[in-house]
Amino acid sequence: MLCERCQQRPATIHLTEVINNHKSKIALCEVCAREIQAQGFGLLPPLSLPYFLAGLLGHGFNAESLEQSDGPEIKCESCGLSESQFVKRGLLGCGNCYRSFAEKLEPLLRRIQGKVEHVGKMPADSLKSDAWLKNEIEVMRKKLKRAIEAEEYEEAAGIRDDIRRMEKQLEQGVSGNVN
Amino acid sequence: MSIKETVSSAHSKWMDGFAPESDVVISSRVRAARNLEQFPFPHLLDEEKAAQVINAVREAVAHKEMVDRVGVLELVVLNELSPLERQIMVDKHLISLDLLLESQKKAVVLREDEVISVMVNEEDHLRIQCLQPGLQLDQAGQLVNLVDDLLGKTLDYAFMEKWGYLTTCPTNIGTGMRASVMLHLPGLVLVGQLGGALNTISKLGLTVRGLYGEGTEAAGDLFQVSNQVTLGQSEEEIISNLTSIVRQLLAQERVARQALYREKRELVEDRVWRAYGILKHARVLSSEEALKLFSSLRLGFDLGIVSDISTGLITELMVMIQPAYLIKMSGEDLPAYRRDVYRAELIRKRMGELNNQGV
Repeated sequence: MLCERCQQRPATIHLTEVINNHKSKIALCEVCAREIQAQGFGLLPPLSLPYFLAGLLGHGFNAESLEQSDGPEIKCESCGLSESQFVKRGLLGCGNCYRSFAEKLEPLLRRIQGKVEHVGKMPADSLKSDAWLKNEIEVMRKKLKRAIEAEEYEEAAGIRDDIRRMEKQLEQGVSGNVN
Repeated sequence: MSIKETVSSAHSKWMDGFAPESDVVISSRVRAARNLEQFPFPHLLDEEKAAQVINAVREAVAHKEMVDRVGVLELVVLNELSPLERQIMVDKHLISLDLLLESQKKAVVLREDEVISVMVNEEDHLRIQCLQPGLQLDQAGQLVNLVDDLLGKTLDYAFMEKWGYLTTCPTNIGTGMRASVMLHLPGLVLVGQLGGALNTISKLGLTVRGLYGEGTEAAGDLFQVSNQVTLGQSEEEIISNLTSIVRQLLAQERVARQALYREKRELVEDRVWRAYGILKHARVLSSEEALKLFSSLRLGFDLGIVSDISTGLITELMVMIQPAYLIKMSGEDLPAYRRDVYRAELIRKRMGELNNQGV
């Protein structure tokens, strides 16, 4: 058997690694085993940021398990990026991906950023794109739901009025006015 | 001065500017990542769409208000520059290595003094960057903020109220802001206290890395400290946190230098003058050796041991001795050994030895 890493020398060492409950075995020659040991950790594939992200998303360190899983895979309607593509590279495809994969991303963001609420700057003229407005309405609807569940009806009424106002803006074509 | 001229000089105007705390802090940089709502992120852009992004940015930087308040910003598509010119921009920390790949899809925007630059279609559509000498994170942050506001008047940013500015990699989401300082810490390295200091810093949500080397073995004792987290902290908080931690490091570095100079005066002076002598007279210098010597020379200047050299000149020399610039200057592709010879010659020239003695 040849070493799986260099494909040149005979494999004499069998290494087993478990990352995120994903077990992988590799047969190595002495030279490659030493090199891997020198790097401290990490078999193939190399431990780059995307692999860490994938691990944080709970798919082990490769995307194959995801591709083989049952059921339709979530895809971003805007750019077509699939979840497994995101997991493979650790990169989102467009702004809308954050909306498409929101549920998956939230725990990931909590782990890499510590927090999940943006504080800080907002675009100065933030009511200028339809997409932005649609997103805001979506956010407000969730807030409304929470307020109702918490029986805070006064607040809910305020939120409902805001949503109506934003929907009206959307119908009138905000971006059309700006452009 | 055009971008073409900019890259033919190792000197940048910002190197001459007012530089507070410049005995320890070489430069401050603030970078904001922005994406356009209506386009896929750069790694999914085809050439046509990449060109559309570049054109949108071209229009936005030429906007009258931008010119009035920020100045003339020139945009150049990367493949209009020679590979060498591109590498020089990397050496000057104006653009990243990533911007060199698929250069027909990428562009860079630059103000003449090189204080403001914008990378177009790197990992994100826009990386707005401001570079200032010394410790001036506030000023750099304000300038990035202004450029961002003005660009935002023309461009539709991808943004969510909850998660802030949306970036290609989720590690930059929120403010999209990375603030960093380049520090010269020979004192802490010499007294052996750097490891502890860096350890503490990494526990405070900041990242430290050696600038030209790995870990604590950084060539030239140069380190870059930057914020790790971009979500859940405001731009002001990020900058004030980093500034206050840098001020503490700065104080420790000064204490270390003074202690060294007090207790081992001759040794410190010897190190500085040896560096001075070698730089002035050497005939063959690798970039690694030169960086080490510059570190000692800078320390000598800051301690008042040598006076006929400026920190601005050392910063310029640090760009000048990088391989790409040497090749540019010599006009030919030099093998490593010839580069080392040419590097030594350039340094001798700049340090005035050739004036005194001829070659």
